Amino acid sequence: MSAYSVTEPSPLSKWLAAGLVVLYTIITLLPLVWIISTSFKTGPDSISYPPKVFFEPTLEGYVNLFSTRTRPAVSELESLPPPDTWYDEIARRQGTIIVGPSRFGERFLNSVIIGFGSTFLSILLGTMAAYAFSRFKVPLKDDLMFFILSTRMMPPIAVAIPIYLMYRELGLSDTHLGMILLYTGVNISLAVWLLKGFMDEIPREYEDAALIDGYTRFQAFRKVVLPQAATGIASTAIFCLIFAWNEYAFAVLLTSGNAQTAPPFIPTIIGVGGQDWPAVAAGATLFLLPVMIFTILLRKHLLRGITFGAVRK
Amino acid sequence: MGEGAGPGGIAALGLPWNEIMPNPIDIAAKATPPHLANRVRGLSDRAIAWIFVSPTIFLLLAINIFPLIWTIRLSFTNYAANKPNAEVKWVGIRNYTRILTDEDIWSHMTTTAHFLIWTILLQVIIGFTLAWLINRKFKGNDLLTTLIVIPMMLSPAVVGNFWTFLYQPQIGMVNYIVEFFTGIPASSFSMLGPGGLAPWSIIIVDTWMWTPFVMLICLAGLRSIPDYIYEAAEVDRASKWRQFWTITIPMVLPFLMLAVLFRGIENFKMFDMVNLLTGGGPGSETLLTSIDLKREAFEKWRTGYSSAYAIILFVTIFGLASIYVKALNKVKER
Repeated sequence: MSAYSVTEPSPLSKWLAAGLVVLYTIITLLPLVWIISTSFKTGPDSISYPPKVFFEPTLEGYVNLFSTRTRPAVSELESLPPPDTWYDEIARRQGTIIVGPSRFGERFLNSVIIGFGSTFLSILLGTMAAYAFSRFKVPLKDDLMFFILSTRMMPPIAVAIPIYLMYRELGLSDTHLGMILLYTGVNISLAVWLLKGFMDEIPREYEDAALIDGYTRFQAFRKVVLPQAATGIASTAIFCLIFAWNEYAFAVLLTSGNAQTAPPFIPTIIGVGGQDWPAVAAGATLFLLPVMIFTILLRKHLLRGITFGAVRK
Repeated sequence: MGEGAGPGGIAALGLPWNEIMPNPIDIAAKATPPHLANRVRGLSDRAIAWIFVSPTIFLLLAINIFPLIWTIRLSFTNYAANKPNAEVKWVGIRNYTRILTDEDIWSHMTTTAHFLIWTILLQVIIGFTLAWLINRKFKGNDLLTTLIVIPMMLSPAVVGNFWTFLYQPQIGMVNYIVEFFTGIPASSFSMLGPGGLAPWSIIIVDTWMWTPFVMLICLAGLRSIPDYIYEAAEVDRASKWRQFWTITIPMVLPFLMLAVLFRGIENFKMFDMVNLLTGGGPGSETLLTSIDLKREAFEKWRTGYSSAYAIILFVTIFGLASIYVKALNKVKER
């Protein structure tokens, strides 16, 4: 576009637009900033009114998140030897003593295992299926998009009823494998559809050339198509990961003790005496930060992923 | 294996035949045109296609189709999942007639429709305006777009849970901000309590989360309009106002409608955020159909009844979406 183009907005309108968008950005990020700042507050600071913008940061929330504590009587507390670690000291300052680790670490690890497990499986199966849909005549290919959309129309609770019964029969309830398979089943349609879009964009001529050079179909797939599709595969993987990471409905209904992920766990964090908001905020911060980082990495492919490839940029 | 003779057979024995000295078969293979060669060497395309597709098909059948069929079957029974040994009776369409004549369920449907209409309206207005502003291409618009998009990528459950903190009566941030700007005392209203504000509280959080989605799609629509159309309009002395209504809006409309379709489907089945924010309360003011369904299925354990409920919801979403897609295609054709 030339500098004199009639379609170029005037400098004034640009400034105005920028100002309004900046204002919206500040308002929309305020709740997230509040989560992060609350995670560094003390319990009393977090619920003071008017809300405290300036405060002395502390790691209380994080210590409380990862530990279980009891509140002994004051006399008993005074008779104890001085705390030997920094986290003991933080707990002692609140009048509590740490008696053991909390379950947050476990839940976070479950989220990581189930998230990465289902992403790996979705991408493995999805890449293969996408290649077949992209390059060969497969019956019912044209109905695939409609099928994908329609499986997404089922309310999660509606799917959860039979899955609950099925998993009870198969002994998959509350297991990592069960959740990995379930999330893969939900993700795979999105993965296949996105990957097919990426593979359609790779010119066929590359493979044909490889086939003429004596590669088998499988070798051509592995050595020619896969490297070309790497960016697409990576961005599809992040989408699958974010879905599995954020999923709540299946997790809360189908897991309890063993394979529970972080989203159903974080709301149940209760401190000694009342809801411990700094600890909840600390859990939320640790849980949300990776997604914020991935979103920034993903920004170029965002539109394609969230619209099932219906809109490409 | 077994498909295709020759090299395929050798490969079946486990010999790395491609890495051995080039043999006459290889030389012949190089001379054959690709479509023929595919059929001759290794697995046929057809076999590869099936091997590649079948695990996915199997998984989709197991996780998506089979449960759907099972739900349909259960919906005609009085099965209760917490009593697996009780006798299961066929009740015909009784579950369906009971749901469709239940006034409570119709009121939950109305609650859901209210939620749906307001969230979509607000998200379309704010989302389109933002996209239109960002499309002025000022410096740093990429960075701002990325920042604005962050809320929609986060876990609705974790974020919804934290909003209960922001919405706390008397001491919450939201109450404080309202008092600061309007002078209405913070202790005089409660966002999640009784008083009729709770349905608006969930609308606000949903709009906060999902406006960026509508914005992104509108932005794609705006960027798809070629400059020369505006240049031609400018030559014809069409006013900016007229250009906006006769070029911008009609060209963005298919994109906007797509955004509405996605938001409509998602919000019809909204569960996680609202379940943590209000859990349907106070009373049944925010009891969306999904949350009601969860209560029937996993708290009252009326599995047969809730299966019928699930099917009714699915058919409703499916039917509305199909009609909508037809309309969308008509707009696209224009």
